[in-house]
Amino acid sequence: MKKTATIWLFIGLAGALLLPWYAQDSGFWTFEWLFGGFGSAEAGSALTLALFHGKWWLFPAVLFIGLSGLGLAAIKKHQMLARTLIIVPALGLFTIVVQGFVIGRIGPNYFVEFLSANGAADGQIGMGAGALVVLASLLFMLTSGISGSGKGRGDAFIVGLIGLIVALVAVFVFFPVSQILVEAFKTSEGELSLGGFFARIFSPRIWSLACVVSDSRCGPAWNSLFLAIMTGAGTTLLGLAFALIATRTNFRAKKLLRVLTIIPIITPPFVIGLALILLFGRAGTVTELLNEFFDVPKTRWLYGFWGIYLAQLLSFTPIAFLVLIGVVEGVSPSMEEASQTLNADRWQTFRWVSFPLMRPGLANAFLLGFIESIADFGNPLVLGGNYNVLSTDIYFAIVGAVADSGKAATLAIVLLSLTLGAFVVQRFWVGKKSYATVTGKGDSGQHASLNPVLRTVCYATAIPWAAFTAVVYSMIIFGSFVKLWGYDHSFTLEHYLRAFSISFTNGIRWTGVAWDSYFTTLTISTIAAPLTALVGLATAYLLVRQKFWGKGAFEFSTMLSFAIPGTVIGISYILAFNVPPIELTGTGIILIIVFVFRNMPVGVRGGIAAMSQLDKSLDEASITLGANSFTTVRRVIVPLMGPAILAALTYSFVRAITSVSAVIFLVSAKHNMATSFIVGRVENGEFGIAIAYSAVLIVTMLTAILLLQLVIGRRRLRREDRVQMHGKIKINPAGT
Amino acid sequence: MKHSLKLGIAVLGLFVAAPQVAFTQELNLVCSAEQDWCDFMVNLFEEETGADVAMVRKSSGEALAQVRAEASNPKIDVWWGGTGDPHLVAAEEGLTQASGVDISELQDWAQNMATISDGKTIGIYAGALGIAYNSELLAEKGLEAPKCWADLADPSYVGEIQVANPNSSGTAYTELATFVQLFGEDEAFARLKAIGENVNQYTKSGSAPSKAAGRGETTISIGFMHDMVKLASSGFPLEIVAPCEGTGYEVGGMSIIEGARNFDMAVKWVEFALRPDIQSRSVEVKSFQVPSNKNASVAPESPDLASIKLIDYDFATYGSSETRGRLLARWDDEVGPN
Repeated sequence: MKKTATIWLFIGLAGALLLPWYAQDSGFWTFEWLFGGFGSAEAGSALTLALFHGKWWLFPAVLFIGLSGLGLAAIKKHQMLARTLIIVPALGLFTIVVQGFVIGRIGPNYFVEFLSANGAADGQIGMGAGALVVLASLLFMLTSGISGSGKGRGDAFIVGLIGLIVALVAVFVFFPVSQILVEAFKTSEGELSLGGFFARIFSPRIWSLACVVSDSRCGPAWNSLFLAIMTGAGTTLLGLAFALIATRTNFRAKKLLRVLTIIPIITPPFVIGLALILLFGRAGTVTELLNEFFDVPKTRWLYGFWGIYLAQLLSFTPIAFLVLIGVVEGVSPSMEEASQTLNADRWQTFRWVSFPLMRPGLANAFLLGFIESIADFGNPLVLGGNYNVLSTDIYFAIVGAVADSGKAATLAIVLLSLTLGAFVVQRFWVGKKSYATVTGKGDSGQHASLNPVLRTVCYATAIPWAAFTAVVYSMIIFGSFVKLWGYDHSFTLEHYLRAFSISFTNGIRWTGVAWDSYFTTLTISTIAAPLTALVGLATAYLLVRQKFWGKGAFEFSTMLSFAIPGTVIGISYILAFNVPPIELTGTGIILIIVFVFRNMPVGVRGGIAAMSQLDKSLDEASITLGANSFTTVRRVIVPLMGPAILAALTYSFVRAITSVSAVIFLVSAKHNMATSFIVGRVENGEFGIAIAYSAVLIVTMLTAILLLQLVIGRRRLRREDRVQMHGKIKINPAGT
Repeated sequence: MKHSLKLGIAVLGLFVAAPQVAFTQELNLVCSAEQDWCDFMVNLFEEETGADVAMVRKSSGEALAQVRAEASNPKIDVWWGGTGDPHLVAAEEGLTQASGVDISELQDWAQNMATISDGKTIGIYAGALGIAYNSELLAEKGLEAPKCWADLADPSYVGEIQVANPNSSGTAYTELATFVQLFGEDEAFARLKAIGENVNQYTKSGSAPSKAAGRGETTISIGFMHDMVKLASSGFPLEIVAPCEGTGYEVGGMSIIEGARNFDMAVKWVEFALRPDIQSRSVEVKSFQVPSNKNASVAPESPDLASIKLIDYDFATYGSSETRGRLLARWDDEVGPN
């Protein structure tokens, strides 16, 4: 405890005495603040600002770091020191946060008269490097104090990790989301009212069940719920079929199947919807053919529930597949062998052994499908017809002809409650059983193959689906090479040239209109992906391996940002981070942060599913041999988590590239993203260039994924990648 | 122990960075017109002034939501383009400020925008509301071409008409307000209800119905004529109708944000965007709106506002939040899909 705290003390001292407290206009990494001197009003540290520039409210930053230092130097008794390190840094954090909110950009927000008279009339700008370092130092001194007092088994790494993630989630999820949810309780005059909130949230416009008994339509809450359940179930089943084929059969084109299942996940929004319209819309290719040959009337069936459902199945099956493949692979062959030795046939083995062991995977896949569907924005927008769902209603409550943030917030609360419900049900179904199957004990390494009926069922669902995906994508590629998709099908390269032309006169000049947003998108996603995986898997590790107070609430809070529709996140980020103490709007950082905290839940879910399978005895063996928890994570758990890490990295990378609703409000002139560019083109009816751009993005992401797969590789479980052949292990029935 | 340190430092390092520099020659622009037009204008302006324009395109609803959210610390200087209603709302809420530029060369409808908003919003273009139909599909179904608003209530068009939902789309709200001004409130709702019997979908976005008609997903659409002209000129079989009873129109707005950091540059942009030579060039990027400067040339394809029977659209009344709220509530009760 003492060593960790001392190191953080010195870091904190440096932050309070030397680094500029406020954000620097020229950027921190230009180091211009070094030359301006830390005594100046712009680049001053907390100490110099407090002493020479009248910013006395920054003094606590120095004071509490100093007090912690005194404590560390003077107090010898362990328990005393631990208690001091809890109380002093906690007070420091509290005062720094309070001053940040009390003194705003244009002057004090509270205690206006007193503070204006005492030097705070001009306000202050957003916090910078110094503030960040001081806050981190106080936080980690606090956690080392907590661990020193015996909590968390005295493991400083674990307590520090918990503290860090709690702090990050609080700042980047709870704080912004609370900003917008408060709106639900405000009346149109801006006063808080509980009655108005209840009137709104139970309004029949949201909850109408009219469609069950008559022709009229149901409320968006039921629509969303029904769609989400159907999508969750559908994607889980399809994902399972793909995962079983990939691991339990000798299907020849496994590689191809894998690629086909990955492509939808890397498709920018709107593209699948557009392709479906061109295939199945009233004037679509398939519709025309059916009409010509079978006299099927041309209808608009695609616009509504079935269209969204189809598009969501196409889009989200890969997520279920990614979660399930790790789990299906991980089910221990020795269990299956044991079952067969006990005379079970292959169906019984699957039904009573393999399948129950896949439960955490299935539950997580369903939950992800459910949440993805309920928060999906692009597909309902294009294909929704008159089938209203919550996510689009929220968007139009914010940007529509009557902007009603109260209504948007209310709908967001309904949506969140649905997610919470699904989360609770999932927990209930998985229960408290053990699903550990990767145990470190030897086994033959061969998975039992599927029984013939099941195999046929898997083939019959997965292969037509894969073929369908292939058709949809050929349509998209085709669309990028024709003049006017749907009307003038003469070949052209014009779309690609407009977006991605390069001129070689006077050196290389990127003259295409898409290059700017392309480079920004790649940079931001490349930074965001490893961060997302890191935060996500660290959280998963805490949830699966550690016991601490408030774990359930902690788990739910990490899922929160994923369940909230992007539009709400986008607006709440502007509300929260446009003004001091944290000023981020207009930067690339806000995009990185929104991606990290929005996509973190996928890392968490995938990590939990994979880690539930690793037997705890592996950790215990490592700890018994004298390794600490960090070494155990690094040397034992991480190597066994290959697929989960790969999934988290891949997913966060592509989500950062393809997400649209969250970034619409956060992109700025200097940091424009590919999707917002594409949406602009789609709105403008220029499908050609939008699809050409999408095709380039797809190729980019595919390359990145293949590279990642090469680098990370597959985990070696001492199991060969093969499936036990029928009849290879013959168990004679008793008596023969 | 020291590992928690490494972890902390790694996370720290990534969050330490800083906001941008504010050069004097900088302008932050949010553009709610079509992407091509936005790019085109920015290039022209940068060439002429040497300023560094940072532009982002957002729909007018999104732009208004952002301007509102950023009110206490605005990052945008000018908001150019997009239908006038959100600009008027921003002016009403004090989110924008007057630029004080000379507007005497502008058409009356453009000056009117400035008058009702105390100079905070200036009209830059106008576009009339109209009907479009897919000529191929109409012939295939053997239907008559509509000529008037009244024709749209004809039962033969059942399931063939598409129009946006006025709750989400400014285009559709303009249609609703036009009906009320043409026929009086009670009759307007009766007519909208009758047309509603033929509507196959109330779309979210105002330009979606005409795109659907172009692609043959619906036969008839209601929307702004300049959008339809653009679709027709890119090759879709759309015919455009100016309804015989008369029709309403939108005026595109331009506003300087209250508290803009580059106010002088913003004023330069406003003056630039109102110049006849600049407005005349919009046709180069296939924008067929009618320019607001009297001396700017109008593209031959643009709907000729002189030959269309335009109503005297009352932007002050129908742009106010109160009227809007009342009309939309009534639309939800009597016309909208439930």
